[in-house]
Amino acid sequence: MDFNDTPEEAKFRSEVRSWLEANAKPKDPSKARAGRSTKSEQERLERAREWQAKKAEAGYAAITWPKEYGGLGGSSIHSVIYSQEESHFDVPGGFYEIGLGMCIPTMLAWATEEQKQRYVKPALVGDEIWCQLFSEPSAGSDVAGLRTKCERDGDDWIINGQKVWTSGAHFCDYGIIVTRSDPNVPKHKGLTFFFIDMKSPGIEVRPIRQITGEANFNEVFFTDVRVPDSQRLGDVGQGWKVALTTLMNERLAIGQGSGVDHAELLQLARDTELETGPAIKDASVREHLADWYVQSQGLKYTKFRTLTALSKGQQPGPESSIGKIVSGPKMQDLAGFGMDMQGQGGILHDGELSPLNAAFQNQWFGGAGYRIAGGTDEILRNIVSEQVLGLPQDIRVDKTVPYNELPRGK
Amino acid sequence: MNFDFSDDQKMLKEQVKRFLEDKSSLDKVRKILEGDADYDEALWKGLCELGVAGAAIPEEYGGLGLSALELCVVAEELGRAVAPVPFSSSIYLAAEAIRMFGSEEQKHAWLPKLASGELIGTLAAAEGIQAPTPRNLKVTYKNGKLSGEKLPVADGNIAGLAIVLCDVDGSAGLALVDLSAENVTRESVATIDPTRGHARINFNDTPAELLGDPSEGWSNYCRVESGAAVLFGFEQVGGAEAAMNMAKDYALDRYAFGRQIGSYQAIKHKIADMYVKLELARSNCYYGAMVLSEDAHDLELAAATSRVAATEAYRFAAQESIQVHGGIGFTWEANPQFHYRRSKLLALALGSAARWKERLVAELERINAA
Repeated sequence: MDFNDTPEEAKFRSEVRSWLEANAKPKDPSKARAGRSTKSEQERLERAREWQAKKAEAGYAAITWPKEYGGLGGSSIHSVIYSQEESHFDVPGGFYEIGLGMCIPTMLAWATEEQKQRYVKPALVGDEIWCQLFSEPSAGSDVAGLRTKCERDGDDWIINGQKVWTSGAHFCDYGIIVTRSDPNVPKHKGLTFFFIDMKSPGIEVRPIRQITGEANFNEVFFTDVRVPDSQRLGDVGQGWKVALTTLMNERLAIGQGSGVDHAELLQLARDTELETGPAIKDASVREHLADWYVQSQGLKYTKFRTLTALSKGQQPGPESSIGKIVSGPKMQDLAGFGMDMQGQGGILHDGELSPLNAAFQNQWFGGAGYRIAGGTDEILRNIVSEQVLGLPQDIRVDKTVPYNELPRGK
Repeated sequence: MNFDFSDDQKMLKEQVKRFLEDKSSLDKVRKILEGDADYDEALWKGLCELGVAGAAIPEEYGGLGLSALELCVVAEELGRAVAPVPFSSSIYLAAEAIRMFGSEEQKHAWLPKLASGELIGTLAAAEGIQAPTPRNLKVTYKNGKLSGEKLPVADGNIAGLAIVLCDVDGSAGLALVDLSAENVTRESVATIDPTRGHARINFNDTPAELLGDPSEGWSNYCRVESGAAVLFGFEQVGGAEAAMNMAKDYALDRYAFGRQIGSYQAIKHKIADMYVKLELARSNCYYGAMVLSEDAHDLELAAATSRVAATEAYRFAAQESIQVHGGIGFTWEANPQFHYRRSKLLALALGSAARWKERLVAELERINAA
């Protein structure tokens, strides 16, 4: 057992590192948790666009894609090595992950050659940004129960409805959308998939304010939005199959939550006085610290097992599916526990007054969302029990019933 | 990145697994549970003939000279089978203590017999319900004689050799005792897991010799414990996986309210949680194995991490497996009890999870102070 690169991996790592050293600044550890950026979104976007173009030129923007579409033709392990190295540098992110992680891979799988030639490159170099339009107010975990409808009109389709939780919709150029084309058949069979121009008439984007007070997502309203049939991906009624291509990539595209972990909790415990003495001497604090350390290490070494499989050119085992089930609740619980340690001072939510720029408070709010985004804790447990352990699906009352006969709430 | 066992190690694992499936089915384990024997002697002999007892003992002392990684894969299979054998006492504890801290003479005298399995060893630390510390040990070594009572001692009734944690001039030391010597009295004691025999041992001016430097007795003891914690961790991982699979198989076979109970989220999510805890434990134990095999500096932390994760995984799987089984799971005739018993035994064998969590945090503090 060892954690070493193979000679080929080591060579790639050193190429990546030299390139990063020549093109980016190393992270300043003193600014590791500087809180929210003070720059405007437009400024951050410009910076991200420049960086994206540089990466694309060097071939690092899409390491696993085929070379003919601007990728590097590398393997997953190359992609991991690049991310590991890039994480030591201060580079902008947050604009291209969904497009390149989910939307363009769907295009690569389903679009015509002509469309790929038109759309892949501008996305890769950062000129065009993409978003994903799946979730709806009444279709979250049960996304195939969506209501947004499309109707054929000559060579076009007319889309009406509403999507939600769409990251970046307000600055995106294109989106992929799944809609209902036939409500008279069971729900998975009546879906049709398109890519759309987000600047089309009839699209209205409104930010959603989250419990954090920030607005990282949007609601998107569609009123008689016209989409050419040529922008349909897959056959009419085959939209679910196309959507699965996108969702397969979702867990890869959604980043790991960073933020406070056992090390920050240990530091807080050392800095904090409880009624009974220093928090670090408190048995309950110590026990919790141990539990979260064990979870963090368990996740880290589970990832190493996955990387080992990738490095050997094997398919990773099912163990990689446990990541978000563990990290979501841990994120929320650990942050809440840190606030408890702060006692009445934990009530404060202020970058200057709260420890670590209010990182515990921020994460306590953020964790509530992380446990839902990209597959809730409960859906992930279904996936583990059904797909890993082979337990049966729940009895489904919706599989054979036409969509328009299904009971629905408000 | 090569964070996995080698093909040879996986082959050994498979070999031990098949051997145990053949020779130590739960029906066989039940015979030990219901009988008077402290262990399955035939099974122990068979395992020793496979050479696994001597796997990590150097060749010059009659072993195979392999690494701790080989012990880890064997441990996982012993745990899976809830095997009624003194492997942990004799190998992870006694043989490892002598290998690390014994004099040349002691190693030559004892390791070949432990490697072949003709002699069973054990480590005697506990003195009832008080946690042993460097200051409270009542068993005392003086001038080549040992006196006092150890309770409970795993395999204490079948062992021919004991490494005894004892007071030596006011601090903790390790003594080596030939249990066939005069002035040793011992008797079997009732425990939560009769498939692994335990004893009360009384020493009364029993001839003994020191093992290792007595001024480093406590830290030597902790080092032995840390190594054993990783190996027990693998037993716990094997046991947790077996308990999970038992629950899963039952959830597939059992129908209630017109459907398989495994289709209810209340049941399947419980089993998914078993899987999550199991994989966290397995990954932590892999790291523990790597550190143990390299005898690296962070063994204490890695061992505590493995131990805490594996104890939790087995606790949860064993306890919730009974719950998934419902009433039948609470009966004597059903099999979930084997894991319920063994999981708690292993959780307590080197001191409870709380003790290891404390050790873990103390190490974190020490490392982060630097």
